[in-house]
Amino acid sequence: MATGTPVAVGRPARPTATTDPTPLRRGRRRGRLHGHQGLAGWLFVSPALLGLGLFLLAPILLALWVSFRNWSGLTPLETSTPIGVENYRDLLTEPGVIRTDFAKSLRNNLYYVLGVVPAQTILAFVLAVIVNNQMLRGKAFFRTAFYFPSVTSSIAVAFIFVFLFSPNGVVNVLLSALLPGTVRTVWLNEAGGVVHIALRWIGVDSPPALLADHDFMGLSYWDWLSGPSVALVAIMILAVWTTTGTFMLMFLAGLQNIPEELDEAALIDGATPRQRFWRITVPLMRPTLFLVLTLGIIGTWQVFDQIYAMTSGGPQKTTFTPAYLIYRDGFENSAMGRAAAIAFIVFALILVFTGLQRLALREKE
Amino acid sequence: MTAVRRATAYLVLTACALVFIYPFVLSLATTFKPRDEVAAHPVLPWPLSPDSRAWENVLVHSDFPLWTINSVVVTVGATLLRLFLDSLAGYALARLNWRGRGLVFGLVLAILAVPPIVLTVPRFLVLKEMGLLNSYAGLILPLAVDAVGIFIMKQFFEGLPRELEEAARIDGANIFQTYWRVVLPLARPGIITLTILSFQATWNEFLLPLIVVRASPEHWTLPFGLSTLGRGGAGGQTFDYPVMLAGSMLTILPVAVIFFVLQRFFVRGIAAGAVKG
Repeated sequence: MATGTPVAVGRPARPTATTDPTPLRRGRRRGRLHGHQGLAGWLFVSPALLGLGLFLLAPILLALWVSFRNWSGLTPLETSTPIGVENYRDLLTEPGVIRTDFAKSLRNNLYYVLGVVPAQTILAFVLAVIVNNQMLRGKAFFRTAFYFPSVTSSIAVAFIFVFLFSPNGVVNVLLSALLPGTVRTVWLNEAGGVVHIALRWIGVDSPPALLADHDFMGLSYWDWLSGPSVALVAIMILAVWTTTGTFMLMFLAGLQNIPEELDEAALIDGATPRQRFWRITVPLMRPTLFLVLTLGIIGTWQVFDQIYAMTSGGPQKTTFTPAYLIYRDGFENSAMGRAAAIAFIVFALILVFTGLQRLALREKE
Repeated sequence: MTAVRRATAYLVLTACALVFIYPFVLSLATTFKPRDEVAAHPVLPWPLSPDSRAWENVLVHSDFPLWTINSVVVTVGATLLRLFLDSLAGYALARLNWRGRGLVFGLVLAILAVPPIVLTVPRFLVLKEMGLLNSYAGLILPLAVDAVGIFIMKQFFEGLPRELEEAARIDGANIFQTYWRVVLPLARPGIITLTILSFQATWNEFLLPLIVVRASPEHWTLPFGLSTLGRGGAGGQTFDYPVMLAGSMLTILPVAVIFFVLQRFFVRGIAAGAVKG
C-alpha cells in the first residue's frame, strides 16, 4: 500500500555517515558511535522478530499446510490426513451444501462491501469538509461525537443496534411515525433480499426462468441478484455508523495538509467555491481517498464480531460471511482444514479487490 | 460563507451528531427501565420508573467482575509487552545500522498487509501446539507483538533529533543505555499513542478470546463474557435489553473515559495509522 501519506509523523532518516561531525579522529569516533550496531540491531529486533515469527509468520505457513489436509481441530495435528485440494474443491467447484453456503457468504459480503464502503467514504468526506470549515464553531465537539463510536467495543455496539432494530425499537417507531402505515419489521429476522422485495412491490413475484434455471457455484442467478437481506442491511448501517468517524479524521488530516496558498491563488483567479472544491480539494485528496477505500475494503471483507453477536449467520444464512464461515467451520463444525482454506480464499479476494480499486484510482495520464 | 450555507452546515452536523450520540444516551437510559417500560417507551431517553434490576443482574448475578479482572490482566500484560518489543524494534529499524535491516523492515510491512481474519486459524494452531489454549498466556502473547506498533514507533523515532543520542554516545553510554535513558524519555508522546492504541484494541478484542478460551469460563474477558449476557429462551432469541445494555455501557466506560481525557492521542494514532497506508 504505497501511497502519498496524508500526515507525515516522522521525517525520513538521514544517512548515518553524514552525521559524523568531525572528519578528524574519524576512526576512533566511528568505533564508539557506530560500532557494535550490527549486534545491537539484531538484539533489539530479536524479541519482536521472535514474536512475529512464532505468532504470525510460522502459523500462517502452518495454516496454509493445514488447508490441504483433513483436520477436525480437536485431535492432535499429527492425526490429520493429506487430502490435496479437496477443501478448496468443496468450496469452489464440488456441488453441495458446502459450496452453496460459501457462495451465499460471498454474495452477502459482496453486497456488504458494495454498500458500506461507498457510504462510509462519502459520509466521512462530507462531514470532514463541513467540519474543516474555518468559520464554524464547535468543531471539536462534532469531531468527538462522530469519532467516539469507533473506539468502543464491537460487541457493545452490536448489542446497542440489536436494541435499536428490535421489533419495538427506535428504528421501527421512527419509521412508523414518519411513514404512517408502515408495518413494523423484525429487522434481524427478515431474510428477504432488498432487490427481491423491491421487485415484489412492482409486481414481480417469481423469478424469470432465465435467472432461476442457471446457477453459479450452486446459487441461482436470481439468488445472486437478491441484494442484501433486511437483516444484513441493519448490520451494514451499524458498520457505517462505527467506521465513519475514523475515516472522517483521516480526511480531516488530509484536508489540513492542503496548502492554503493554493486555495487563495484560485480565489484570486476568480474561481467559484464549487470550482475550487472540485478542481483543487478533490484532486489533492486522492491519496487519502485511496487510503480510506483500501482500509474500507480490507475491513469490510472481514466482518465477523457483529454477525456473531447479532444474527449468528441467520436468518436463512443471509448474514453468512466468509469470516463467519471460518469460525463456524473451524470451531463449531470441526472442519479446521476447510476453515483454513476459506481464510486463504478471503486473503486472495482482498488482494484482488484492493488491486482493482488501485487500478480504478490510478492517475490518469 | 453565507448565512444560509452556515445554517445548513450546522443543521447537517447537528443531525449527524444526534445520530451518533443518541444511541448511547438511549441505551444508558434503558438500563434503568423495567422490561415492560422498554417495550412501551422505547424512544424515551430517561426512565419513567427507574429500577436497578439490570445493574444488579450484571454486577452481582453474573461473572462480570471476573471478566473485568481478566480483561485488565490481558490488556495490561499485552500492552506492556507490546510497548517494550515494539519500541526496541522500532528504534533498531529507525536508528541503528545493521545488516538485514531492510529485510526485517520488509517483513514487518508484509505482515502489516495480512488481514487479521486470516490469522484466526493460524493463531489457534500455534496456541494449540504450544499448549496455550485456555490460558492467560494464550490471550496475551498473540497480541504482544504487532507490526503496526513497530511501524508507528519507527516513524516516531525517525522524527526525533539525533544530536542528544550522539552526545550520550560520546559521553560513553552504550547503545542500550542511550535508548533507555535518552531516547525513551523523548519518545513519550509516541509511547502514549501506542499505549492508547494497544489498550483500546486489546480491551475490545473479541475474536481471540472466542477461539482461545471459549471452553474455559474462568478466562473469559469482557467482550466475550458480554456476548453471553442477556440471552434467554430457545436459541437465545429473547433478549433482556436492559441487562445487555448495562453490560455494554460498563464495557465501553473505561475506553470512553480515556478517550475523553486523551483525545488528542487517539487522533494522533489515526494520523500515524494513516501513514501506514
